[in-house]
Amino acid sequence: MAALQTLARRCSTSILKRHFSVSSPVAAQMTVRDALNTAMNEEMKRDESVFLLGEEVAEYDGAYKVSRGLWRKYGDKRVMDTPITEMGFAGIAVGSAMAGLKPICEFMTFNFSMQAIDQVINSAAKTYYMSAGKQTVPIVFRGPNGAAAGVAAQHSQCFAAWYGHCPGLKVVSPYSSEDAKGLLKSAIRDPNPVVCMENELMYGTVFEMSDEAMSEEFLVPIGKAKIEREGTHCTLVSHSKSVGLCLEAAQILEKENIFCEVINLRTIRPMDEETLINSVKKTNHLVTVEGGWPQFGVGAEIVAKVMESDAFDYLDAPVYRVTGADIPMPYAATLERATLPGTQDVVLTVKKSLHIQ
Amino acid sequence: MLSCAARLVRAQIQSKPTACWVVAARGYADIVDEATFTTSEYALHKLDEGPSQTVTVTRDDALKYYRQMQTIRRMETAAGNLYKSKVIRGFCHLYSGQEACAVGMEAALTPNDHVITAYRAHGWTYTRGVPPVNILAELTGRKSGVAKGKGGSMHMYGHNFYGGNGIVGAQVPLGAGIALALKYKGSNDVCVALYGDGAANQGQVFETYNIAKLWDLPCIFVCENNGYGMGTAVERASASTEYYTRGDYVPGLRADGMDVLAVREATRFAAEWCRSGKGPMLLEVATYRYHGHSMSDPGTTYRPREEIQEMRKTRDPITGLRERLISVNLATAEEMKQIDLDVRAEIDKAVEQAKADPELPVEEMYNDIFVDEPPFKVRGTNPFMYGMSK
Repeated sequence: MAALQTLARRCSTSILKRHFSVSSPVAAQMTVRDALNTAMNEEMKRDESVFLLGEEVAEYDGAYKVSRGLWRKYGDKRVMDTPITEMGFAGIAVGSAMAGLKPICEFMTFNFSMQAIDQVINSAAKTYYMSAGKQTVPIVFRGPNGAAAGVAAQHSQCFAAWYGHCPGLKVVSPYSSEDAKGLLKSAIRDPNPVVCMENELMYGTVFEMSDEAMSEEFLVPIGKAKIEREGTHCTLVSHSKSVGLCLEAAQILEKENIFCEVINLRTIRPMDEETLINSVKKTNHLVTVEGGWPQFGVGAEIVAKVMESDAFDYLDAPVYRVTGADIPMPYAATLERATLPGTQDVVLTVKKSLHIQ
Repeated sequence: MLSCAARLVRAQIQSKPTACWVVAARGYADIVDEATFTTSEYALHKLDEGPSQTVTVTRDDALKYYRQMQTIRRMETAAGNLYKSKVIRGFCHLYSGQEACAVGMEAALTPNDHVITAYRAHGWTYTRGVPPVNILAELTGRKSGVAKGKGGSMHMYGHNFYGGNGIVGAQVPLGAGIALALKYKGSNDVCVALYGDGAANQGQVFETYNIAKLWDLPCIFVCENNGYGMGTAVERASASTEYYTRGDYVPGLRADGMDVLAVREATRFAAEWCRSGKGPMLLEVATYRYHGHSMSDPGTTYRPREEIQEMRKTRDPITGLRERLISVNLATAEEMKQIDLDVRAEIDKAVEQAKADPELPVEEMYNDIFVDEPPFKVRGTNPFMYGMSK
């Protein structure tokens, strides 16, 4: 993988330019998985105190192969396989951060983080405040979040709302490879506790990576949303895999001359209110899209924020939320598909917002 | 009626520590520089040999331990009174009776070692170097408190001291994590992770034993067994009350937690074990708390008053040390009385300051959310109120 990256970089900066007089370099491509892998690799190379621990991260190369090759490169000291004891190893990770290391604590999925959630919230998130700034906790908790495919109720929950609720935590939710690499690097360098929620179904998705994104110093700032697509009629705001859904819906709507602005939140907490508000003032319509449950969800928070802001006066329709259905995730394929939002949900809701349906 | 640990501590009365030397005359000219004592037996688990029962202490050290224990005792008494007069609020868990544990362990550690404990933390905060005035001011919620009044009783931090933790048992994996960092950095220091007899049954404690043993972490797990988990005596909570064996594959020992020299010796033994790379060790100290679980608990509904009185009379760690020192002429009664008066004056003064100092201004409540962050807006209690977090 590293060889491919170097090749891509060399190609884009030298060979093609010389022989084909191309004005802009050919972008490299990278899966989200490789972007995360690269982020961890680069940060571990850069800082001796960064290490990775979790179930199967070392010799197995990662349950989803996100940490492939890292143990072979860095060894037992920097990449540690843990027993299946989330509360124990998450607590150990937090303690090591308190004593000056920079752990990356992987939860095989965030569903298992519930076993350790006390350590994330009470030991990590609140400590800097409780100690009045004496004790820092520079830890990253990362892993796949939300629905996968056919894994049923106990393995499909989205934790964005739960972690996003808590002061003292930063919570990021990347969509693209660029997001994944830049946000994870920023999270690792951040001296505060950061929860990085990935998506298993996105791990294999290929995205283009700019030259800048391919560099070792590429960071995506935490707390800043990205406008993936500009538009004028309606704002769609989302995070993680649902951003792709919004982009698809925007393409469908474009054929009917409805132009949606798609915002990729990138960070759940602290949320980029300014970008949201400015967009709503421009389009006068807002639809939030997420895979998680509706009640007390990310969309619910966005609605409240907009209601209380001066963007309220710019709304021509109520803010609507597109979310997962309010049920535990069923297993059967048809039922699972019906539980998660699809493009038809986004298209319908945009049209309702615009009063054309 | 008596709890298991109380019975254990009482049983050690039979083998009360004896002095080896007795000096006839009592003048200052006869004061000795050091003395040797015999502690009661240590119980061992998966260990071929244990700490020495023969302990030697210098005069200077002995007086230091005496002063430290007396300071904790007076500070905790003052805290209890401040709580009763409603100047301290919320939770307040007093360490009175357990002083020999913190002081004895600290005597075998260095400031470069690391300590983490649960919520009965005032004594440890002091031995780890925080002055009593900053502890009391934290309890009264003032800005001169060690956490500026933002933490309170259960969240005091210091150099290589990680609190003060409110969630029972959570501090144990944290302690092993600190030990992991020490090993990772190639340091020779150890981490002491303390918990009580109640926390000893927590699942995360066993998860921690497992990883600490697997990875040879330099962690001393210390069970401060005071006989009661809140209002529940040990036999009603634990299928096995032999807490020093509960680490199974982690070697352990039990020492008399009312004898500061025994605690010191046991801690020396455990620290040497961990420093030599042999992995973790479990140390149980059999101790006793005079007050209830916290200030909301009178502490007399689940144990007889006679038990508490007997402990104070016959097993008090401070009285015990005083009697020892006098009996072998390590110190005179007069100079220890002077220490008592000095400590009382220091604590009285600290109490006055803890009552008089102001709280943090309200605007500062928004601070210390994130480190290294440019100032950002934080929502207050209504949509029109924001603070700036710095």
